[in-house]
Amino acid sequence: MNPVATQMSASRLQSAGSSVAPTGKAEPAALSIRDLHAWYGDSHVLHGVELTVNPGETICLLGRNGAGRTTTLRAVMGLTSARTGSIGVFGKEVIGLPQHHVARLGVGYCPEERGIFASLTTQENFLLPPDLPTRFPGFSIDEIHQLFPNLKARANSPGTRLSGGEQQMLAVARIFRTGARLLLLDEISEGLAPVIVQALGRAIKELKKKGFSVLLAEQNFRFSAKLADRFYVMERGKIVLEIERSELGNKQAELNELLGV
Amino acid sequence: MAEIFGIPVPLLLGQLMLGLMNGAFYAMLSLGLAVIFGLMDEVNFAHGAFFMMGAMFAWMGGQYFHLGFWWMLLLAPLAVGLFGLLVERLMLRRLRGMDPIYGLLLTFGLTLLIEGLFRTFFGVAGSPYNPPALLGGTLNLGFMYLPTYYVFAMAASLAACFGTWFLIERTKLGSYLRAGTENPALVQAFGINFPLLVMLTFAFGSALAGLAGVLAAPIIQVSPLMGSNLIIVVFAIVVIGGMGSVMGAIVSGLALGVIEGLTKVFYAPISSTVVFILMALVLTVRPAGLFGKEK
Ligand SMILES: Nc1ncnc2c1ncn2[C@@H]1O[C@H](COP(=O)(O)OP(=O)(O)OP(=O)(O)O)[C@@H](O)[C@H]1O
Ligand SMILES: [Mg+2]
Repeated sequence: MNPVATQMSASRLQSAGSSVAPTGKAEPAALSIRDLHAWYGDSHVLHGVELTVNPGETICLLGRNGAGRTTTLRAVMGLTSARTGSIGVFGKEVIGLPQHHVARLGVGYCPEERGIFASLTTQENFLLPPDLPTRFPGFSIDEIHQLFPNLKARANSPGTRLSGGEQQMLAVARIFRTGARLLLLDEISEGLAPVIVQALGRAIKELKKKGFSVLLAEQNFRFSAKLADRFYVMERGKIVLEIERSELGNKQAELNELLGV
Repeated sequence: MAEIFGIPVPLLLGQLMLGLMNGAFYAMLSLGLAVIFGLMDEVNFAHGAFFMMGAMFAWMGGQYFHLGFWWMLLLAPLAVGLFGLLVERLMLRRLRGMDPIYGLLLTFGLTLLIEGLFRTFFGVAGSPYNPPALLGGTLNLGFMYLPTYYVFAMAASLAACFGTWFLIERTKLGSYLRAGTENPALVQAFGINFPLLVMLTFAFGSALAGLAGVLAAPIIQVSPLMGSNLIIVVFAIVVIGGMGSVMGAIVSGLALGVIEGLTKVFYAPISSTVVFILMALVLTVRPAGLFGKEK
């Protein structure tokens, strides 16, 4: 085993089920959420979420409609109206930071509604997110164009003229090149043709190879089953189940029941 | 003498030129308002006062510091921009997230304050401000004589409009601004300092009003009330063009200047109300304005 892999699996062991920050030489978790509560106005949506993404891990957040997956990601980005608890990003506490400082810790966010800007061309949308002060190489623009050739071909079209699939590619591609090393991807496979879903799946695997940490909020279990190292299931604003990839077989029934499939 | 609809051609062309010049000023002023509104959802009522400040600063620079037109063309917009920056940073920012009506009230109050201060010190009589010697004469356009300065002012206003358009539509900074106009939350989630962007945009819009003021100083009497006379027309133009649209502000500014000029020739009694008649018409047909999008 190479030293990096050893270190990673060690830190994974350490954080499994424990909220103690890794000590010594171990890297801090990419994302460490503890007792997170979040609100939209008066409505209390998250009720004590606990979740960890270790460096290099791809984690999937599952749950039924309205379980609170989107809200969890939005709370990390500071997009809910209020939040309490603790959100550590690479060892730094995010709660209390100004909104635009979260990304600078190395976070890339792809919102559920994709957030493609109509008044920007595809190329402008792609280049919009500024480079972050992380020194993480991520992908080069050429590598991204190889993953998603359409984006290059349609560089000068207004962003919202792209097909739904192309818009989704654009929404993820633009956070691959900024130096973000923790990506929060909300429902990226939803409602897309199988070829596009496959292309996105390939891209997620590439992310893993490059050492990105990824948190996928997904309803599509089949899409995430092939990609994630670990799964969390949410219900009514709480994590109700955590499953390692290796346990998938044993816990399939429990999972199916929670997801209502 | 050649005539069109019984109107002598030189008269027609003359009003067309004057209309275009007024239109260029309308365009520059409504552009500043539109950019600010797009990003902040805020109607800057003090825009007319900023215009007046630009002209007054130009006049004061000459009067008290012997700084000529060219110096003030640079310094006055900077000073007004800086003032705008402070207004945003110290006052408007605190109102963010509240009903935009508070911002409107604040800038309205600010207008009264600024105009009142200038009236106290300089009265309302107004003073002439001479164009620089270089632009002093008249220019023979073949069909009419036009003061050289008018041609310069028109060209400079159009250049400022085009420069702003270029900045917003064709540069990276402009893409931040356009994106921020659409979805401020996401722009912040990407790590862009949105409050800074808002502050700079407000300062820029203010500076543009100040620049219009300096350019207008040699054309209209410089007085503390010059802004309030003009700004109502500019508001109507912004409403016609559509709040927040850059091209819309430029095109409707120019077009309404020309329409106003031609109305003077064809049916003078409504020349000062034609803009408002058009505004009422546009509002009934397209409430978001000719170039605006429904929010
Ligand atoms: N802007 C909002 N204001 C008030 N309540 C909201 C808002 N957005 C979401 N909610 C509520 O918060 C709860 C969690 O929503 P969330 O969007 O996080 O769910 P989700 O797990 O992403 O599900 P899905 O994406 O399938 O809708 C839901 O009950 C939803 O109705
Ligand atoms: Mg969701």
